Amino acid sequence: MTDTERKNEINRRQFLGNMLKTACSVGLVGLGLGAYSKRASSLPASYIRPPGALPEEEFLGTCIRCGLCVRDCPYDILFLGEVGDQVPTGTPYFVARTGPCEMCEEIPCVVACPTNALDHELKDIEDSRMGLAVLIDQENCIAFHGLRCEVCFNVCPIRNRAITLDMQHNTRSGKHALFIPVVHSDACTGCGLCERACILEEAAIKVFPTHLAKGELGKHYRLGWEEKEKAGGALVTPDTEHRYNLPEGVRYELQGEGLIIEEGAQQTPFSANPLDTLNSGFMDK
Amino acid sequence: MLDMKTLGHDAIAEKGRFNAHKYLILRRLSQLGILALFLAGPWLGIWIVKGNLAYSLTLDFLPLTDPYVLLQGSLSGVVPETTAIIGVVIVLLFYFLVGGRVYCSWVCPVNMVTDLAAWLRRKLGIRTTSQLSRSTRFWMLGLTLILPFAVAGGIVWELVNPVSMMFRGIVFGMGAAWVMVLGIFLFDLIVAKDGWCGHICPVGAFYNLVGSRSLLRVNAVQRQACNDCMECYVVCPEPQVIKPALKGEEKGASPVILSSDCTNCGRCIDICAKDVFSYGGRRSKSIEVYKREGEINPGVQA
Repeated sequence: MTDTERKNEINRRQFLGNMLKTACSVGLVGLGLGAYSKRASSLPASYIRPPGALPEEEFLGTCIRCGLCVRDCPYDILFLGEVGDQVPTGTPYFVARTGPCEMCEEIPCVVACPTNALDHELKDIEDSRMGLAVLIDQENCIAFHGLRCEVCFNVCPIRNRAITLDMQHNTRSGKHALFIPVVHSDACTGCGLCERACILEEAAIKVFPTHLAKGELGKHYRLGWEEKEKAGGALVTPDTEHRYNLPEGVRYELQGEGLIIEEGAQQTPFSANPLDTLNSGFMDK
Repeated sequence: MLDMKTLGHDAIAEKGRFNAHKYLILRRLSQLGILALFLAGPWLGIWIVKGNLAYSLTLDFLPLTDPYVLLQGSLSGVVPETTAIIGVVIVLLFYFLVGGRVYCSWVCPVNMVTDLAAWLRRKLGIRTTSQLSRSTRFWMLGLTLILPFAVAGGIVWELVNPVSMMFRGIVFGMGAAWVMVLGIFLFDLIVAKDGWCGHICPVGAFYNLVGSRSLLRVNAVQRQACNDCMECYVVCPEPQVIKPALKGEEKGASPVILSSDCTNCGRCIDICAKDVFSYGGRRSKSIEVYKREGEINPGVQA
């Protein structure tokens, strides 16, 4: 070993010190990155993922930001998040108000995805759930003013299933009808065509990520009548008929019409209206 | 001390302006050509390649996947599609053969930025150095591979990776990514020589490991002709790789630059007026050994 080499050789303490320094700085970078990723990975409600996108957290681990879905979208509605956008950098999205999904039958964006971030199991675009349309502003939607609009109903590609019109009485005029659009989550794909078509300055019907648009019943919650149907009988109390102490030919239907006096029942001297009896007794005197 | 004003003059005088910049020009053609292929689609409607460096599909047939990005995805618990895996195999095989960091010097767009910074440093005589260790990039690599486990954000590094940001930015839309690029440029110009590519970038570190046994190498085949002008050390982005090969004769070391830090950029080949360096195989020998053994060296250029 020559002298210069000996001089150049760093001792163990220096080596460990340098390594520790590097490790600490990289660790700090890691902390920063971790914190940043928490913030940067949140998707604002108006940014909708393409059809077939996995749940957001999984999606961010699967999507490799290649942009092939963007390239293969024939309507050019998809974009990749740019630095400074509110969407994780490089991930695809569309904005329903300006460019909704046109629901291609072949779903080219899903076919193009090399990593299954857009789930290749999705074969029928009507099964996709990009989000859920919500008629969020019932004060400004003109259908609630009794005006005939129904544009959202008419542009909806899943006609009369994803959006139906509910006819209600117009209490303002007293003589007209309201045709209220109602979204059904079992059919709505979240394509956003309704949001784009809404005639208001700011759409009254909007597509939201499903987790924002929908509530969820507690997992422990049981609906009695459904459980009863599943089990084929009442689970808690024996399913016996409640007996009322009533005159012959008269019965009481719980949750039904109430008191029923059957044909041919023994006529009582009393009218069904107790006031009649009272009044008649009074008159007799 | 080496005079920066006359850097490369000998090579130009000896070999001509073109030959003294041959691999530099080829590298720029490669880097810009790749960009042009990706841009021909969106700009001209000529769809040869779709996608970006993370994943691309050439002529609707050839998939190419960045193994580093896919690895991060896999670590977050994802099983990729077959096409993506085929793409990874092709890419890994390529870089395994030609040298992992060929990605850095022949493909990566950030290289053009950092090369410009390095060139300006030389022109302006900026001599600042940082305490950064060249091994920092491997720590960074480790970090980026741990983060997909540790944080729920999936492929975390891709949120900030300037390499993919710059390329994707050019092809799909830049947004504020130019700030990152400018940051790297200024960092390399003012703070540290070869700061980003040579010290920090985990993408380079990943490809470094991929190509650690690569076949294509730069070979100081005529190392006895070296006149100690030191110009190769000045232009090399990883100058620590040169010495063992160039000055290893008395120790019996191979003339081949074996360190996988070497990016196979070929600047040393260009700048050397004595034609010491040339591309060769991993097992190549020096010209003296060839002469001794009576062989003709296929690696030496006329």
